[in-house]
Amino acid sequence: MRPEGSPVLEVNKLSKSFNSFRAVKEVSFELYRGEILGLLGPNGAGKTTIIHMLLGLTLPTSGEIRIFGLNPEKSRQREKILGRMNFSSTYVALPYSLKVRESLMVFAGLYGVKKPRQKIDALIEQFDLKDSANKAVRTLSSGQMTRLNLAKAFINDPEILLLDEPTASLDPDIADRTRNYLIEVKKIKNMAILYTSHNMKEMEAISDHLLFLHHGEIIARGTPAEVVRQFRSENLEEVFLKIAREVEV
Amino acid sequence: MSFRRISAMFLRHTYLYRHSFTRLIEIVYWPLLDLLLWGFVSVYITKLTSEGQTAPNFLAIFLGALILWDILFRSQQGISVSFLEEVWARNFLNLFVSPLTIGEYIVSLMLVSLFKVVVVFLVSSLLAWLLYSFNLFIIGIYLLPFMINLIILGWSIGLLTTAFILRFGQQAEVLAWGIAFLFQPVSAVFYPLSVLPDFLQVAARFVPASYVFEGMRAVIMGQSFPAGYLVRAMTLNLIYLILVLLFFFRMFKAVRVKGLLVHMGE
Repeated sequence: MRPEGSPVLEVNKLSKSFNSFRAVKEVSFELYRGEILGLLGPNGAGKTTIIHMLLGLTLPTSGEIRIFGLNPEKSRQREKILGRMNFSSTYVALPYSLKVRESLMVFAGLYGVKKPRQKIDALIEQFDLKDSANKAVRTLSSGQMTRLNLAKAFINDPEILLLDEPTASLDPDIADRTRNYLIEVKKIKNMAILYTSHNMKEMEAISDHLLFLHHGEIIARGTPAEVVRQFRSENLEEVFLKIAREVEV
Repeated sequence: MSFRRISAMFLRHTYLYRHSFTRLIEIVYWPLLDLLLWGFVSVYITKLTSEGQTAPNFLAIFLGALILWDILFRSQQGISVSFLEEVWARNFLNLFVSPLTIGEYIVSLMLVSLFKVVVVFLVSSLLAWLLYSFNLFIIGIYLLPFMINLIILGWSIGLLTTAFILRFGQQAEVLAWGIAFLFQPVSAVFYPLSVLPDFLQVAARFVPASYVFEGMRAVIMGQSFPAGYLVRAMTLNLIYLILVLLFFFRMFKAVRVKGLLVHMGE
């Protein structure tokens, strides 16, 4: 059962080609408020390309994206959309030379946050960054860096959050706390989250709904349990290995 | 000492040149520019001596030219190096997934550039006065339009460089440090345009900075300033800025189509 109401994000027959290579092939899906939608698949399946198209960083070859009913390809609408969503990725950093607090202050400005100091204090507390708040970003450990990235992602209280492998460099304790926080915040704020990870246990635990991508196409969708059943497997890890190794199912 | 290890390291660096045309060009770029610049300065001084002319105030001409050239250079660096800092910090994507528009980003880079120019100008003018008793303000009322023209040219060069870095990635980074100097010989910074060979004089007519430096020398040497120079410099500058902005926006769209924006900083 997916949440009721109209989706906040709709993707219809979205495709992306890089010269003759088709990275994403006619992908369609929806994301609802109060839902964590897991996007998974082997490397090169098209997950990151889809996220980049949703953010307007890469333009689609064909198909349609609607976020809050608006078109992100139109610059004025894109500006409105991006003010209501946010993104975090392990592979994207924040300015190294700035201090943690300064860095968050810059993003508070970019997102037009009212009372930025109070917001930043709350995020620093929430993401356990108190000890590093006045340290330069370059001195942070990879775990602290990931937490800072997440703090940045929550700076504008986004209604949609796109997370690209957010726990990839976290130790199991912090990763677990982060997952729990995301589940909690999703419930409290009725947030819509699109999530990618290579950690299948994590995907099973966190996702309300899954899209399994392979060679740019959605080959399975449903709750984690439904996807596992569909592939007659024990768990998502097994499904992943079957697909990645191109085993006939 | 292992010859194999030494040759492995030699190979490591030569591979870079095999894969990057810009690095290859860079080997000869700086010596060539130095040769051109100092060659023309020498021609200028030799010409003055052989013709028995009274030597102009070289201190004022060279220091004034140096300070004004730095305005152009810092203005360009304020754009391209500030952009590169986001790329190096892998922060570029974070900016463009925020509501920040590309237009707002460009304006912010221009402000950074302006800030750098003001600091450089104040520090170098003060030092020139303290160390060499050279007062740049002898240029008088023309100083401001000279500076505005150089700043705008610096912005155009900076945005052009940035557009190339967006499109071609790190291998184009070298342009951020060197492209402004490409305009130096034809800008007649340290010598009059008449020193240049005819074909370079024709090229110089299309470089707004050449009018600024010719004007500066005229004012320092007590001659009347040809106001038409300022009009020509400003007209060219506005045309170039508009063309560069159009090119930048076109390039920005092209990198989004090609999916290259997400590879910035990799």
